[in-house]
Amino acid sequence: MSEAAAATVRAQVEAIYRADSRRVLATLIRLLGDFERAEEAVHDAFAAAAEQWPQNGMPKNPVAWLVSAGRFKAIDRIRRRARFDAVEAEIGRRIENDAAEAAELGEEEIADDQLRLIFTCCHPALAPDAAVALTLREICRLTTEEIAQAYLTATPTVAQRIVRAKQKIRDAGIPYQVPSEAELPHRLAAVLQVVYLVFNEGYSASSGATVTRVDLSTEAIRLARLLVALLPEPEAVALLALMLLNESRRRARSSPTGELVLLANQDRRLWDRNLIGEGMTLVGQALASKKAGPYTLQAAIAAVHASAPSADHTDWAEIVHLYDLLMRVAASAVVELNRAVAVAMCDGPAAGIALIDEILARGDLGDYRLAHSARADLLRRLGDHDKAREAYERALALTRQEPERRFLEGRLRELGASA
Amino acid sequence: MKYLCLVYIDEKVLDAMPEREYDALCDAAIASDESLRRSGHYVGSNALRSVRTATSLRVRDGKLSVTDGPFAETKEHLGGYILIEAADLSEAIDLAAKCPMAAIGTIEVRPVRVDLREGMRG
Repeated sequence: MSEAAAATVRAQVEAIYRADSRRVLATLIRLLGDFERAEEAVHDAFAAAAEQWPQNGMPKNPVAWLVSAGRFKAIDRIRRRARFDAVEAEIGRRIENDAAEAAELGEEEIADDQLRLIFTCCHPALAPDAAVALTLREICRLTTEEIAQAYLTATPTVAQRIVRAKQKIRDAGIPYQVPSEAELPHRLAAVLQVVYLVFNEGYSASSGATVTRVDLSTEAIRLARLLVALLPEPEAVALLALMLLNESRRRARSSPTGELVLLANQDRRLWDRNLIGEGMTLVGQALASKKAGPYTLQAAIAAVHASAPSADHTDWAEIVHLYDLLMRVAASAVVELNRAVAVAMCDGPAAGIALIDEILARGDLGDYRLAHSARADLLRRLGDHDKAREAYERALALTRQEPERRFLEGRLRELGASA
Repeated sequence: MKYLCLVYIDEKVLDAMPEREYDALCDAAIASDESLRRSGHYVGSNALRSVRTATSLRVRDGKLSVTDGPFAETKEHLGGYILIEAADLSEAIDLAAKCPMAAIGTIEVRPVRVDLREGMRG
């Protein structure tokens, strides 16, 4: 092969690494029965590809070639260790037998392996922060350093979470399987929770000072796209829609100086119409399933906002109705709070304040900053500036985000001037 | 793999239960064990007497100290266990979720160590 052709092949190896290394990993975890062993094998397989493909040309099915190479390299390693260890020898024999059966590797099987990997990384028996770290590492291919940066955590902390998660997968016998029909609802809910946690971390953190951080919202959307492609369940489709619709407002959510802009005051011309279009189509798909789950209803609410020309011209009655349905399938104090805000838009601030006070009187959301800032906003609109100031101060004491802090301080200044 | 399902319950909930309801719960627990036995998942099980009967002890520097009561003061206490054989954690969770006690208390599922020397630490 000529030098130029060899260079092309090398570029192809890199492209395949970027596009397919996670698919190779997913299958090798199944064949080798162990995360660490599979990661070593992926590394070995790509090293072999980089060496052999420029000389021998590209194989017809690169993914299958890589899986097969990884498996042989792993068996080699195990054999070398097996000279000293009877347990390793047994594992080696088992892998050889299993792998012989699994040698036929179709697209469907590879897709199933990716689903197995997703469901294992997001198993509800793993702590949410561990599942998040493991998912970003194994499925999104982020490095431990990138994950630590994105979460403003120390790298060793993230590394330890990942190690512990892998240990639990191995020692507690978390299976490498796509869940059965009966298990699917609660297992899928666990996966969607991980995806949405990643998205929300990115969504709330995105501001001017963080340009060097990995964009977690983009990673979450990519992850949801993969999930929907593999398993087009209505709730998965709905979560993707919800994230796209939220993401569509990104440019409008903060001013050029990094100040927070609330939904009502956003310049809707800045909303990304492509994302909205895609989100609306997906919401339609999810709603067509007739069994509206929590993400479907949240996406439907986001769709009502996205299709409104302004805050005043929003179908608030429809939004209240959707929150009523959401309370039926996933009641929580936060949903109740959001419903109260929608009611205030329909029936006036006093009605909203009464509902929020009910929640607070019950002892819920006392430490939730958004409950106090929403209440403050309604009191301000009602003209009760003293009580509004109190509520803004309570919210300010609870907030840890810089743009939010500046926003609340601004509101307090405005009220101070008019008092 | 073997999994030990530790059943934690708030005894006040059991104490407050009407007689007929309590009897029905006991019958359901027996039926649940029987069903595990038939499907080949059952290894063993026992219900414990009230935590009021518990005694804790420890030996330090060769000295025994014995105290009345459970090791930890919590609302829910160990009320019994079921030892099962399951293919993996998902199956173990599935089986434990079918036990009637899961609807009243909390079940902690722990994989049993195969090799006594391995896996407790780290």
